[in-house]
Amino acid sequence: MKILLIHAHPKPSTSIAHTAMLKASRNVEGITHHDLYAAYPDFAIDVKHEQELLLAHDLIILQHPFYWYSTPAIIKEWQDVVLDYGWAYGPGGDKLHGKFWLSAISTGGDQALYGAKNRNRFSVAELLSPLNQTAHLCGMAFMEPFIIYGARRYTSGELAIACNEWENRLINLRDDKTDPMNHLAKGYDLPANFKKGST
Amino acid sequence: MDLQGFLFGAFIYLCAAVISAPIAKRLGLGSVLGYLMAGVIIGPSVLGFVGQEGADVMHFAEFGVIMMLFIVGLELQPEALWKLRRAIFGLGLLQVVGTAAAIGAAAMFFGLDWRAGLAVGLILAMSSTAIVLQSLAEKGTLKTPSGQSAFAVLLFQDIAVIPILALLPLLAIGHGAEAGHSTSLISEYPAWLQALCILGAVAIIIAAGRFIMQPLFRIIADTGTREIFVAFALLIVVGITQLMGLIGLSAALGTFLAGVVLADSEYRHELEMDLQPFKGLLLAVFFMAVGAGIDFSLFQTAPLTLLGLIAGFIAIKIIVMFALSLLFKHGKANASMLGFSLGQGGEFGFVLITFAAGLGLISVATSSMLVAMIALSMALAPLLMMLDQKLVQPIFSGVEEARESDMVDHSDTEVIIAGHGRFGMTIGRLLNAQGKRCVVLDHDASQVDVLRKFGFKVFYGDALRTDLLEAAGAKTAKILIIAIDEREKIDELITIAKMHFPHLELFVRAFDRAHAREIIQGGVTHVYREVFGSSMDLAKDALVGLGKHPYEATRAVKLFRQHDEDFLRKSAAITSDDKALVDLARISRAEIANVFRGDREDQPPASDSAWLDTDRGSKEV
Repeated sequence: MKILLIHAHPKPSTSIAHTAMLKASRNVEGITHHDLYAAYPDFAIDVKHEQELLLAHDLIILQHPFYWYSTPAIIKEWQDVVLDYGWAYGPGGDKLHGKFWLSAISTGGDQALYGAKNRNRFSVAELLSPLNQTAHLCGMAFMEPFIIYGARRYTSGELAIACNEWENRLINLRDDKTDPMNHLAKGYDLPANFKKGST
Repeated sequence: MDLQGFLFGAFIYLCAAVISAPIAKRLGLGSVLGYLMAGVIIGPSVLGFVGQEGADVMHFAEFGVIMMLFIVGLELQPEALWKLRRAIFGLGLLQVVGTAAAIGAAAMFFGLDWRAGLAVGLILAMSSTAIVLQSLAEKGTLKTPSGQSAFAVLLFQDIAVIPILALLPLLAIGHGAEAGHSTSLISEYPAWLQALCILGAVAIIIAAGRFIMQPLFRIIADTGTREIFVAFALLIVVGITQLMGLIGLSAALGTFLAGVVLADSEYRHELEMDLQPFKGLLLAVFFMAVGAGIDFSLFQTAPLTLLGLIAGFIAIKIIVMFALSLLFKHGKANASMLGFSLGQGGEFGFVLITFAAGLGLISVATSSMLVAMIALSMALAPLLMMLDQKLVQPIFSGVEEARESDMVDHSDTEVIIAGHGRFGMTIGRLLNAQGKRCVVLDHDASQVDVLRKFGFKVFYGDALRTDLLEAAGAKTAKILIIAIDEREKIDELITIAKMHFPHLELFVRAFDRAHAREIIQGGVTHVYREVFGSSMDLAKDALVGLGKHPYEATRAVKLFRQHDEDFLRKSAAITSDDKALVDLARISRAEIANVFRGDREDQPPASDSAWLDTDRGSKEV
C-alpha cells in the first residue's frame, strides 16, 4: 500500500514520542511524510495540494499528540477545508472511498487513566469517535489506532521498543504482508460504499 | 580670472546659494526665486560683489541647463517622447508662432518695423526651460499631463532656436545689415551640406548611445572607481556640447537626445545620480547670474515703460498659451497653470537678442530693454506661478473637479491610496484583487494607462491638495492609506486629512521607528514602519534556515512583533521633553538605544509556554 503519513505537532522541538516515532517511520522507505505545521505555519492550507496527496495514497496515517482528547488545531483545520463536500462526502464525494485511515497518537496520561470509572471517563477509542465517524462518512476503513500512552514516563528503552513495533507495522502494511482488513478498529462497521482499492 | 579671484567668486556664489535657498524654501517661494534674489543682492545693483564677469558666469552656468536637459532626456524613454509628439509639434509650434505673431504685432504698434517686430516676438516667445522645469519638478507636477505639455512646449522652443537662428539673417538682409555672422564651423558650407552635417551629428549621437556607450559603461563600472564614472558622465555631456557647437546646433537639444538614447540603459540611474549635484549647482549659479544681470538703471530712466512692457508681454504669453491649451483639450485649470508657468522670457532669448543685435535687426536700446524685460520676467516667474496657484486655480478648480467627478462616480469609493510606489502599489493590488474600490493618487504619469486598464481610478497630482483629495472621493471614503515615500509629505497629509476629512480612518506608512513614534504621538493608530514587515519575514525564514520548525519560528516572530509594537506604543506614550533632540538622526539613534535597552529589561519572549510538555502544564492528555 502506498502510505501517506500526515503529522502535526505545534512544537516538535520539545516532543519526545512524536520525534522518536518519526525517526522510526522515516526508516521505512516509500512513505510520504507531510508536516502540516511546517507546510502551513500560517494555517493557510493548500486544499488542492492536500487532496492530490490523499488521492495518490491508499493508507492515510494521522500522527499527532492527543491534545484535549482530540487533535492539535491544524488537523481540525485540515479536516474542515480538505475533506470537502462533493469531494470527500455528499453527492459525488467519493474520492476517498476504499482508503484506510490510521490514527497514531501519543497521550500524556497512562492507559489506566482512561475508560469508565477512571479520571478521563472514556476510553481512547471512544474519545476518537469523531475521527472514526469522519473516516466512515468518507467511505474509509478506520483502523485500530496506534497509541503510545504516557509517553513522558517511558524509559528510552521502552520508547525504542514501541517505535520498533511501529516501524515493523509500517513495513508490513507497506509490503501488504498484513491485511489491513484484519486490523480495523474494534466494532467498526465498514461503510456500505467501502470497496477496498476501489479508487 | 586668477585663482584667488575665482575662489572669491565661488565663495560669494556658494554663500549666496546656501543662505538664500533655505530662506526661500522656508518662505514657501521655491529655490529658483531664492537664487534670483540672491543674484540681485550680490550683483552690481546692491552689493556689487559680482557682475563684472557676468557674461562669463552666464556661459558657464548655461551648462547647467544643458545638463538638466540631459537628465530630463534620461528620464524620458523614446516611447514616452513619441507619445508627446502631438504636444511638441502641435502645442509647441502654435505657441511659438502664435506668441511671436501677437507680440510682433504689438511691437509694430509701438513703432518697430515688421522685421524687428517679428524678431522681438520670436525672442520673447521663448520661455525659461531652467526655471519652469526646476519649479515643476520641485512641486512634483512635472509628470502630470499638464507638466508634460509644459515640457513639450519648452522642448519645441529649444528645437525652434535653430531655425530661428537661421531665419534672423534672412530678415536682416532686407534690413540692409550684414548677415555674415558666423556661428559655426559649417556655416560657410552650402545649405544641403549643412543639413547633412547636422543629420550626421544626430546619427552619431544615436549610434554612439546605442552601441558604444553600453560596453564603455560596463568597462568603467568594472573598475569600481566612482570618480571615473562621474568623469565619464561629464565627458558625455561636454563632448556633445562640443559636437553641437561645431555644427551650430543647440547643445541642450543634443544632450537631450543623448539622454533619451541612454534612457533604456541600465546605467541610467547612476548617470542621473552622478550628474544631479552638478546640474543643481550650475543651475543655481545660472539663476544667480540672471539676477545679477538685471540692469536696474532702466528702472530709474523709464520705470513705467519697462514695467508696462513686461506686464504686456507676459499677459500676451499667458493668454496665448491659455487659449492654445484649451484648444488642446486641457481643462481651464490646467490651461491656466500652463499659461502662468510659461509666461516668462527664457535664457534662449538672451542668445537670440545678442544674435539679432549683431545683425542690426534691433537697436542697442531695444536690446538692452529686452534683456531687462526677460531677466525681470524670469525673476517674476515663480511669483506668477504662485499667483496662479493661490488666486487663479481656486476659481477654476471648483468647476473643473466638479466636472471631473461627474465623469468618475466616486460615491462608492471606499479607499484612497496616496502614493502608488513600491509601497502603495502592493496595497492597491491586494485591495483591488479583493474587489475593493480604490482610488489612487500619485504624480507618476507613466503608470496611469496600466492602472486604468485594470480598473483603478487614478488621479494625478499632489495628494496634499485638498481639492484633489475631494475629487478622489475623500468626503465619502472610509479609509485613507498614506503610502507616500516622503516623510515630510506624510506628516503634512496627516494634518490635512485630520483637518478637512476627520471621518477618514488613516493607515499610515512610517519611515522608521522614530517616525512611527511621532505619528502615533500625533494620534494615528494604524502606523506601519515601511520595512519592518519584510525584516520580520526574513528573520523568520532565517530561523527556519537555522533549523527551527517553521511553525515555531512563525510564532516566535509573532511574539517578537507583539513585544516590539507594545514597546513602541509604550515609548510613544512618554512624550520626550528633550527639546535638544531636534535632528532626526539623533532621535533615531536615541530610539534604537531605547529599543535595545527595552529588549534587555523587558525580555522579548524567545518562546511561548503553550504546549509546554511538562506533566502539569501540558494540553496533551
